[in-house]
Amino acid sequence: MKIDRANPLWRFHGITPMAIFFFAYLYLPIIVLLVLSFNENRLATIWTGFSTKWYSVVLGNDDMLRSAKNSLIIALSSTIIATIAATLAAMGMARGRFRGEGGVAAMLTLPLLVPEIVTAIATLLFFIVIGVKLGLLSIIIAHTVFCIPFAYLPIRARLDGMDPALIEAANDLYANEWQAFKRITFPLLWPGILSGAMLSFIISLDDFVISYFVGGAGSTTLPIYIFGMIRIGITPEVNAISALMLIISIVFVSISFLIDRVRY
Amino acid sequence: MSEVVISARSVSKRFGSGTHAVHALDDVSVDIFQNEFFTMLGPSGCGKTTLLRLIGGFEQATAGEIALEGQVLNDLPPFKRPINTVFQSYALFPHLTVRQNITFGLEMQNISRPDAAKRADEMLELVRLSQFGDRQPSQLSGGQQQRIALARALAPAPKVLLLDEPLSALDLKLRKEMQIELKRLQTETGITFVFVTHDQEEALAMSDRIAVMKAGKILQIGTPRDIYETPTHRFVADFIGDSNFLQGDIKQNGSHAVLTLPGGQNVSLANVDTGTRLSQTATIGIRPERLMLHPAGTSDSALRGKIADVVYFGTDTTYHIAIDDQTALLARVQNRDGSTMAYAKGNDVDISLPAGAIRVLVD
Ligand SMILES: Nc1ncnc2c1ncn2[C@@H]1O[C@H](COP(=O)(O)OP(=O)(O)OP(=O)(O)O)[C@@H](O)[C@H]1O
Ligand SMILES: [Mg+2]
Repeated sequence: MKIDRANPLWRFHGITPMAIFFFAYLYLPIIVLLVLSFNENRLATIWTGFSTKWYSVVLGNDDMLRSAKNSLIIALSSTIIATIAATLAAMGMARGRFRGEGGVAAMLTLPLLVPEIVTAIATLLFFIVIGVKLGLLSIIIAHTVFCIPFAYLPIRARLDGMDPALIEAANDLYANEWQAFKRITFPLLWPGILSGAMLSFIISLDDFVISYFVGGAGSTTLPIYIFGMIRIGITPEVNAISALMLIISIVFVSISFLIDRVRY
Repeated sequence: MSEVVISARSVSKRFGSGTHAVHALDDVSVDIFQNEFFTMLGPSGCGKTTLLRLIGGFEQATAGEIALEGQVLNDLPPFKRPINTVFQSYALFPHLTVRQNITFGLEMQNISRPDAAKRADEMLELVRLSQFGDRQPSQLSGGQQQRIALARALAPAPKVLLLDEPLSALDLKLRKEMQIELKRLQTETGITFVFVTHDQEEALAMSDRIAVMKAGKILQIGTPRDIYETPTHRFVADFIGDSNFLQGDIKQNGSHAVLTLPGGQNVSLANVDTGTRLSQTATIGIRPERLMLHPAGTSDSALRGKIADVVYFGTDTTYHIAIDDQTALLARVQNRDGSTMAYAKGNDVDISLPAGAIRVLVD
């Protein structure tokens, strides 16, 4: 981002301290967490020296690894399903004007606004009513639903930025619908698709509330596992796991952001 | 130039329905011949793009049919029509190189790679951009993108090439260049061009025949000369070039018909085809350069007027002449050395209207 000195915002007194306070508030806790994850002491809040031992403890913890594996399975499955659904939805929505288009668009993105706890309880109720066994599958289904809007938005943005004449040009040059999709639409859309998939993946990986409600025995995810550990106390081990998750999130979000900037 | 390539029969196109319906085309029929540069000319919203898109297969006709060499096309999707389009936005594929853009249509027709590559080279040469094959479209100027769009559309050797205002995004100089270029490409390839524009000069300069459209209808089809010299409608005469319109009543006066102007003066319509307009109110049209001016009182059968304004243009002079309260004429006289008869503002003048230059117009 380029900061424009001529921007009148800078003329307000107090904008700079406000900004500093805001960023400190946002990032200081995370920095503290990162630093403390390298604390050698068993008590997380008392610094006695630098060590990476908690990271090896974490990576040697079978329960933790099992929950990480669950999280990965859930995130991958729901990302794939949500991204495919979102791509189809975006293409359908972009293609034709139809009655109730606005309503459908709102319904697609509404899950972003509904309080998560409400979604969680509603989904749980729904699963119990139709008799879905709570476990990995139920979490995957629930995650797929809330991942769709996250995947949908960047794909739709890409499609909207695409000249509709490109598809007509492909058809004009003897490409049938499928060939036009494969050769033109998809190559132009993939940054949006990948970006949407990355976002979905992270959102699913980070989710706690819904996983907590609709999960069952044996489907403990990483955030739920961490929550369980915290109840005993904040240990450097928790800090280390959190730091690892943070890094994964940052990597994915950055990739998503960079991919989304790909322009021809 | 006699074989019909595209034939539209009573084609209508309606968008929407009920009270919001737009009749973009209303019972349009036209034949477009082999190897012709055919232009559809008309103001914005008259249905030019719609007709082009129907031929290309991007829209479905509400009624009527469109045939290619006698075969009805109505139900064929665009990718099954041997017709290619140059889009107004060029619509070059941004993720493909120039060469890949050109070979796209060939690959889709399962032409072998070496043959397609050879054809791409020919096309690049044809549009004089041989060195640019490996560039991305975004690395080309507007004029170059335009040429690549042409090369891409011509590569599969279509029976008909459709061009929707392809020059409108170019600046004036480039536009003139591309007009010549387009004409050259059409002659060299022998492909039928169907060209859309709302620029009358462009249409006159490039076309073999022009269809003048207004509000979803074709008013007149003819060569540029036909359209300019023998317009059938007031709209056509007005849209293409400058024109004088005289409104009055057509009456029989002895051996020939006359048009009586509101001020009482008569225009002789001897040897003018008045059609069925006798004893009706009608409009006649005549081009400003076809009027002949004479010093007042030297010509009997002429109209009498008063010079209201004189505008000197270098190559010619334009006289604004008042005939009566409701009638004014514009006369354009070439400034030839010695032969010019200069008239000053306020002079009376006689104006004769050669029979061959008068057209009785449909309003
Ligand atoms: N997809 C559409 N839906 C509704 N109305 C349309 C559609 N396409 C065209 N029209 C209407 O049909 C009429 C003819 O449009 P068309 O695009 O053929 O005009 P045009 O002669 O190409 O004009 P221009 O010179 O501005 O490009 C216009 O009134 C236009 O608003
Ligand atoms: Mg148009």
